[in-house]
Amino acid sequence: MAQLTNSRRATTTLLKPISAALFSTRHLSTETMTVETSLPFIPHNIDHPPSQTVETTPQELLAFFRDMAVMRRMEIAADTLYKSRLIRGFCHLYDGQEAVAVGMEAATTRKDAIITAYRDHCLYLTRGGTLFEAFSELMGRKDGCSKGKGGSMHFYNKPERFYGGHGIVGAQVPLGCGLAFAQKYSKEDNVTFVLYGDGASNQGQLFEALNMAALWTLPAILVCENNKYGMGTAGWRASKSSTYYKKGDYVPGLKVDGMDALAVKQACKFAKDHALKNGPIILEMDTYRYHGHSMSDPGSTYRTRDEISGIRQERDPIERIRKVILSHNLATEKELKDTEKEARKEVDEAVAKAKDSPWPDPSELFTNVYVKDLGLEVFGVDRKKIRTVLP
Amino acid sequence: MATLIMQGMGLATGFSSAHYKIAHPGSCRTLPVKHVKQFTSNVSLFFVLSVYESNFSERRVSFFVIRSDGSLPSGLNGDKSRRGGLTTNAVSTKQEKAAASTASNPGHELLLFEALREGLEEEMDRDPNVCVMGEDVGHYGGSYKVTKGLASKYGDLRVLDTPIAENSFTGMAIGAAMTGLRPIVEGMNMGFLLLAFNQISNNCGMLHYTSGGQFKIPVVIRGPGGVGKQLGAEHSQRLESYFQSIPGIQMVACSTPYNAKGLMKAAIRSDNPVILFEHVLLYNLKERIPDEEYVLNLEEAEMVRKGEHATILTYSRMRYHVMQAAKTLVNKGYDPEVIDIRSLKPFDLHTIGNSVKKTHRVLIVEECMRTGGIGASLTASINENFHDYLDAPILCLSSQDVPTPYAGVLEEWTVVQPAQIVAAFEQFCR
Repeated sequence: MAQLTNSRRATTTLLKPISAALFSTRHLSTETMTVETSLPFIPHNIDHPPSQTVETTPQELLAFFRDMAVMRRMEIAADTLYKSRLIRGFCHLYDGQEAVAVGMEAATTRKDAIITAYRDHCLYLTRGGTLFEAFSELMGRKDGCSKGKGGSMHFYNKPERFYGGHGIVGAQVPLGCGLAFAQKYSKEDNVTFVLYGDGASNQGQLFEALNMAALWTLPAILVCENNKYGMGTAGWRASKSSTYYKKGDYVPGLKVDGMDALAVKQACKFAKDHALKNGPIILEMDTYRYHGHSMSDPGSTYRTRDEISGIRQERDPIERIRKVILSHNLATEKELKDTEKEARKEVDEAVAKAKDSPWPDPSELFTNVYVKDLGLEVFGVDRKKIRTVLP
Repeated sequence: MATLIMQGMGLATGFSSAHYKIAHPGSCRTLPVKHVKQFTSNVSLFFVLSVYESNFSERRVSFFVIRSDGSLPSGLNGDKSRRGGLTTNAVSTKQEKAAASTASNPGHELLLFEALREGLEEEMDRDPNVCVMGEDVGHYGGSYKVTKGLASKYGDLRVLDTPIAENSFTGMAIGAAMTGLRPIVEGMNMGFLLLAFNQISNNCGMLHYTSGGQFKIPVVIRGPGGVGKQLGAEHSQRLESYFQSIPGIQMVACSTPYNAKGLMKAAIRSDNPVILFEHVLLYNLKERIPDEEYVLNLEEAEMVRKGEHATILTYSRMRYHVMQAAKTLVNKGYDPEVIDIRSLKPFDLHTIGNSVKKTHRVLIVEECMRTGGIGASLTASINENFHDYLDAPILCLSSQDVPTPYAGVLEEWTVVQPAQIVAAFEQFCR
């Protein structure tokens, strides 16, 4: 099963043979090195923002590169599948924003909870999801992570504490504060990352939830993935104040360069320490999405192609990491290209396997409505024949 | 989990007629003393006896399947030989001891809100994951005193005073439930939960399904609703009609202290999201309830009065209007069968079906509005399933399709009154 490398776990077993051999000839060490992020962190109500010097290891950097390459390929494959009508409905793609997912995962443990909205494919991968399950779910097959009943907007992974996957804008923020509440209630030393977008930042329930989180010092970290557009509406046309990290008022905030995985990692680490002691904090990730809001949105009616290609040239997260790796001589150009090819192969294999996965059984229509409590019979449309018993 | 729930309509409900007395001329049956339970002291015997013979004493299964044709699946036989062996009553005393215990330990008397509190407290003692959140539930003690004293006992985190933000604290409760806590959300008035409709519908009801069964949401959402005494339009709403289509939730309505406590406990123990509808005017009802622990079945209806002429289906406050009307009807010589449906989603078609097959006439009395209310769904359900057994079209008495006015006279006219029930029944049974 294709899974992402995570510098926290043993990565050597997951690397494919070819590049594993290549990488092992190099001194792929875990000794720390430091990298400077290019942009500073802008604080709000914080006395000592995190420093721009990030500690990392070569292994971690290569893992970042590989994971982001897999994510990028996955989203592009999803694009192709959607256009060939194998994925239906709504499909919101994350390419361009991969750095947020990998950076966050590098700073957290699997005991921390993550909850996000509908742009959840890549976060599902970082949280232990497999490509096969993701593609099966996208195509509505029964091997999908939600048995084909959820779809693109409903990816969940309970054992790894990934709470989804929500279609209604902003509704996941109170849920996320609830997760933080449960963590405080059970006296766990973990935090919850609650992701939302710049469009959702104007939802009332966000401020309600923020108030409660601050009131009860819940370990909730609200992460605003500011990709500059709420579907077709630019941020400045929807919000009076576009400084999302300041919107919490009394809640401290930090503005982070969301296209730099190392900056994201540093900020998330800082936020985690802060939240465990002082309650909620808002992180604004300055990021960008290359695709439109969803596959139904061309993404070019409200922004220029120059803007998109400009960002691709100057701020692309994968290119950033590639430059860092090459400048520190951690791998050669060819090795990185091979990694990308590998990623492509993995994704293609997963897609092929998912295409062969069967459709869900019709009886699955009635399963999981309730939890094993009722013995109700459900009649078909003609109301004569008993169709099934609700489990 | 269902094995924990003991079924117990019959006798206890006959017992709950403590606040009214109906002189019933005929069909007084005698039963051996051993069947008489302990709280018959202040209740006419015939209720107890007549109820015991009811059909659902056959239903003693660990879960039950509601079949429209009334038959039970194999393995759950309804033959008479089983009746003696198992306890049908929710009270856990054994039948052999019943005779001896008539004199001792007759239960304790309390008001409905106290019964709710008792149920809540017992469950919070039993399971540390149970917590309450709502407006003014903690230090204030609850606007209807249901959570009085709990905050000082369990602490501020377990009995959480929330700001006035229904949408988000309901969402918070659901998020907490996703991790394994069992929160109880109190809406100060059910009408305020309209603000949380998105959370209740999408997240509460559907998360179990859209996650492919990964998350269960064992949340209880409760609060008082219904038409009160001149509370005005916005505070007199009946939300059961709005929530009834949401897949994945269960809805129950309590009407007596006995079933309030039992349903509260069952709702908390259930792994499904349950909405418990209380009524503003019923909080001060007094009744004697058993000392022993009991849990009621969430999906079961309550037989309030057995009869032969026609079935009256009702729930919550309308039960009392119906019983008042029944008094008059009995005096006039009619014999109504009254069922408190209790479970608003799903309907207990087993009990209802058996009743329809016996009486062949159904009158529904509800507090919801005519359009799209529980009565409308119940009418459709009964028509679909039991059409052949009906001698007459189902008559549904509901509130008028108007916002509840403030003026007392007008408010009286919005809701169904006993006189109207009597008139409708008489016309029905002609």
